[in-house]
Amino acid sequence: MTTPSRSESRKAVRGRRSYSLMIGTGLLGVIVLAAILAPWITPYDPLAHDLDTILAPPSSDHLLGTDHLGRDVWTRLLYAARLDLLIGVGAVITPFLTGTLLGAVAGYYGGRIDLAVSAATDMLMAFPYYVLIIALVFSLGPGIPSIFIAMAIVAWVSYARIVRGEVLSARGQQYVMAAKTLGYTDLRIIVRHILPNVITQPVTYAMSDIVVIIVGVVTLSYLGLGVPPPTPDWGSMIASGQSFMTTQWQLSTIPGIAVVIVGLSFSLIGDGLTHRLRPE
Amino acid sequence: MALRYFLRRLLRMIPVILGMTIIVFFMIHLVPGDPARTLLGPRAPAEAIDAFNLRWGFDRPLHEQFLSFLGGLVQGDLGTSLSYNVPTTELVTGRFTPTLLLLAISGLFAMVISLPLAVVAALREERTPDHVVRVIPMLGLGLPAFWVGILLLTFVALRVDWLPVGGYGATWPDRLIAMILPGLTVAIGIAPFTIRSLRSSLIEVMEADYIATARAKGLAGVRVLWAHGLRNAVIPTVTVLGVNLGWLVGNTLIVEKVFALPGLGALMIDAVLERDFAVVQGLALIFGLLVVLVNLLADVVRASLDPRVQLS
Repeated sequence: MTTPSRSESRKAVRGRRSYSLMIGTGLLGVIVLAAILAPWITPYDPLAHDLDTILAPPSSDHLLGTDHLGRDVWTRLLYAARLDLLIGVGAVITPFLTGTLLGAVAGYYGGRIDLAVSAATDMLMAFPYYVLIIALVFSLGPGIPSIFIAMAIVAWVSYARIVRGEVLSARGQQYVMAAKTLGYTDLRIIVRHILPNVITQPVTYAMSDIVVIIVGVVTLSYLGLGVPPPTPDWGSMIASGQSFMTTQWQLSTIPGIAVVIVGLSFSLIGDGLTHRLRPE
Repeated sequence: MALRYFLRRLLRMIPVILGMTIIVFFMIHLVPGDPARTLLGPRAPAEAIDAFNLRWGFDRPLHEQFLSFLGGLVQGDLGTSLSYNVPTTELVTGRFTPTLLLLAISGLFAMVISLPLAVVAALREERTPDHVVRVIPMLGLGLPAFWVGILLLTFVALRVDWLPVGGYGATWPDRLIAMILPGLTVAIGIAPFTIRSLRSSLIEVMEADYIATARAKGLAGVRVLWAHGLRNAVIPTVTVLGVNLGWLVGNTLIVEKVFALPGLGALMIDAVLERDFAVVQGLALIFGLLVVLVNLLADVVRASLDPRVQLS
């Protein structure tokens, strides 16, 4: 059998990884740019009805056709990218920070704090993800602020779990012992010494979490609990196109493809980061 | 030994279930201000608000409300539906079967999809097939389940005569056929997780000493994988399904709605849209309990199948 030597295959892995980081950032860059430049890319207003050209097939005037109110689908797709990306990236920040902090504190101090944090993560994780999100958004009332709050309540548990485990194993390492011997405060040890060493895991997890959140937002909007119409959003676009699937299949199909491409680009970035940030 | 493990596991569930009850109860009371305003709208007359509060006990202090909620639960009372004015338990019975059937079938489909892909990837680690298989979860993670469902309904169900376009059959064979596309949709949602974990656990298993021994005996690669590797990798797969059960069950909610299956998930979404808080509360708890119980079951089965699982 012709197996490449260990170092040779490692090198190949590294090459492929930076490749996935490159494709991921490139893909995302194009999407973000298109979202920002939307008013210059397309001449239409995403909210303007044009009842003379409803459900028009794709043409040179309307690249992806128009919807049941005559709105240009390509335009709405671009404006929806602005909102959905912003929510996805924005909603991950609070859970990332609180989860990392709580996980670090729980892992470092152990004892009662750890018990409390672990109990909370156990209970929240026992609920199916969508059951919790939907019930929270129900109770807070539909809309974007509710989505942010619901994600903040639910999504921190994964970060806390990941960081807690990492800190638990870092606590016994020599560099932490050394910092303790030097009489550094706990806060300094956690923030300056431990966190920089364990942050890779939550950061890469955040990349796939963004995807999960965007899919969650789109799902809530599809159910009528997320972004309220007529604001363009991929979920509500899929929902409103559903009645016309047999004749105008592109109405629901294209926004879904947009979600998948965004998801792929974040996943590629996460995959690339995992291997880029991993110590040799 | 196994019985002691089971009992200890059961004991550990009690605080979790109690905690879940607290979460479900206070979740509904999260909104500052009174639920009556939220439910009846800002223009509801004061008498209507008072009557509503009296009827549902919202005028009592929160801890009293919680205790009566808890007391009801112990007696098997999940509250009363606001929209239908019948006990939630009554709405729920009969809805378990479609949901459990969907869960079982999608779990099976997820295994059928993931296993061959993971095997191919593990056997050709870091080569083209592996790279292809590793992109699949990346694509799959961003797939909204409801969108996959809509596509399958339009492009498959409408074109294949024997597949129903949503709904649930009256006879068991019909029901199983009705579950094919929804099951596939949920399975596609869980596959990114199962493929990834199964691939890495297969690679790990293939590096174990007993695999090296089997190789040294001169067994062919496929034979080694089948007889020694896969058997030991199925246990982690069951675990992976268990760990991601929350995700699996969560997806059934949306998929039931898209395919018009009369399950618990569709009921919950309908209740949310009708702002029927008692039913939402009850179903959230049922779903939580379902996950906890299935996990317990999976643990016990695993412990009795695999002597290496530590029973302590």
